[in-house]
Amino acid sequence: MNQKFPKGEIKSIQGRSFTIKGDDIDTDRIIPARFLKCVSFSALGEQVFADDRKELKGNHPFDLDHNKGANILIVNDNFGCGSSREHAPQALMRWGIRLIIGESFAEIFFGNCLALGIPCLTASKEEIVKLQNLVEKDNNQIWEFNLKNLSISNQKETVKLILDEGPYKMLYSGKWDATSQLLDEEEKINKTFKNLPYLNNFKQEI
Amino acid sequence: MSSRTLYDKVWNFHQVKELPGGSTQLFIGLHLIHEVTSPQAFSALNEKKLGVKFPNLTVATVDHIVPTSNQQRPFSDPLAEEMLATLEKNCKTHKIKFHGIGSDSQGVVHVMAPELGLTQPGMTVACGDSHTSTHGAFGAIAFGIGTSQVRDVLASQSLAMNKLKVRRIWVEGELQKGVYAKDLILHIIRHLGVKGGVGFAYEFAGPAIEKLSMEGRMTICNMAIEGGARCGYINPDETTFEYIKGKEHAPKGKEWDKAISWWKSLASDSKATFDDEIQLDGSSIEPTVTWGITPGQGISIKETIPNPDLLPKNEQQIAKDACKYMNLKPDEPIEGQSIDVCFIGSCTNGRLSDLQEASKIVKGNTVAAGIRAFVVPGSQKVAKEAKEKGLDKIFLKAGFEWREPGCSMCLAMNPDKLEGRQISASSSNRNFKGRQGSANGRTLLMSPAMVAAAAINGKVTDVRKFLQK
Repeated sequence: MNQKFPKGEIKSIQGRSFTIKGDDIDTDRIIPARFLKCVSFSALGEQVFADDRKELKGNHPFDLDHNKGANILIVNDNFGCGSSREHAPQALMRWGIRLIIGESFAEIFFGNCLALGIPCLTASKEEIVKLQNLVEKDNNQIWEFNLKNLSISNQKETVKLILDEGPYKMLYSGKWDATSQLLDEEEKINKTFKNLPYLNNFKQEI
Repeated sequence: MSSRTLYDKVWNFHQVKELPGGSTQLFIGLHLIHEVTSPQAFSALNEKKLGVKFPNLTVATVDHIVPTSNQQRPFSDPLAEEMLATLEKNCKTHKIKFHGIGSDSQGVVHVMAPELGLTQPGMTVACGDSHTSTHGAFGAIAFGIGTSQVRDVLASQSLAMNKLKVRRIWVEGELQKGVYAKDLILHIIRHLGVKGGVGFAYEFAGPAIEKLSMEGRMTICNMAIEGGARCGYINPDETTFEYIKGKEHAPKGKEWDKAISWWKSLASDSKATFDDEIQLDGSSIEPTVTWGITPGQGISIKETIPNPDLLPKNEQQIAKDACKYMNLKPDEPIEGQSIDVCFIGSCTNGRLSDLQEASKIVKGNTVAAGIRAFVVPGSQKVAKEAKEKGLDKIFLKAGFEWREPGCSMCLAMNPDKLEGRQISASSSNRNFKGRQGSANGRTLLMSPAMVAAAAINGKVTDVRKFLQK
């Protein structure tokens, strides 16, 4: 893959876009279970949507020549439902996807994407359909996502997007990789541990 | 008077701090790991030069990739063997307890942890597996996480989480004979939808829920995620305490009494305020079967395949896709639909009572010609207890295969797979396209007793017909 993986602050993303249409696209479809037999994520990029692609014999959006190098994916409702496998966002990321916009996302998938620095933003059904139509009109247009304005634009048209404050702040500050934050206050972790009845012989005075 | 839900109370006990982004750092009391979603987490830990903060609070087993016909090491599939060996090595390096192949406590992670008494009321439970919601049956906050979060729990025993809203699903009445917890949860998901629970924890309550055994309650909470709710729970009561009592990791002696009084205090207050409330009548639910490609596409055994054009607009497209994929015609009855494979097992329905209920249907009958039927106990303990009760013999005599514990054909990361266009009657939890190992294989979800009835008749059957005999 040509692009580097996300790092630090994610305030804007530029690139070409394409669509995957349909509601309730589950993570078994994004990455079928047989590809989970691995101890590293490195090979997953080529296996994204493997079964759907096989069925469409080269005509799947992830196979079409004019989508090669695109990095923005536009989807519909409840994208990423089902299994918690991080292999799904890993596969999308390793194929080259850096931003996903849709009507809604399954919760675990959304969190997994955020943990990799891949923003998932939403818009109303009408706005998504409008955006999908715009994107499909011309595969070569460059779209510009702006986190601060919560919008994506192709110079002529702009679509407003929605993102909760928490993920917004994490992406804006570059603190979407939670590990270091979580380790910041070891004392408080230890204090919580010591106050949990079931980890302290059910002491009453707690 | 306090008006808090169990979710509020357990959340408060585990709050470490508010994070700058507005989320909460939440302490995880029990972390379960398995071979599929943990290797990359350990690699990331090593890359960051971090250790495991509380090795005693993480417990490992192997379930997804294990073959169920022959568990001799090394496994014949080298990739499966590598995954198991990696988990063994990681557990050894980081001093994590591993219930591996050959151990009498190995099993599907959501079956073995409750059996050992590891899952208890008031805990936060996380695992790199979406069906972690199962453990909510004990009055715990339990949810699935991704691999980056597995890494975070290993490193810090905590996660950055946003508090969910709580929807109480109150079920009146009592489930009728031949209707099981599986039918109830399929019915709930059908009516609330596969994304109805996004942003919510589901509290399952009411007389019909209280009457369920712990195993039935686990089936309900297990599939909360199929309704979009990352976490589902049931308030702890005498049934909960009775199940835990005497288990290996259960509190003992004086601690037991203290534990009970704490656990009791955690139940949602009678005046608790919920963000949303829904009520339904458990007595009117019939055996339920999915016909489509999402767990929300369920109908009662007496109904016909829906006509997509008559469904609400937002359900029409996926219903059309489902009819095409499943090769089912609108307005045809689901009863009598022929099947090829019958699978009894999984973290949803691979427990002793599931096997017992199915064996009642199977006893004295024979699997229909041309049907491949097999039983995969959820754990070594389930297998042992089932054998002690002679269940294995009942199934074998009828023409079922009796296998070793594992996830098996629920997700087919092992040799158990559908082939081609085969259609299964399955006691598992997902009927997604390709889920059971063949890219165009088909799945009908139902209770284990209904799977047994389908095996005997070679087609989808109302299990109540067997119970009347």
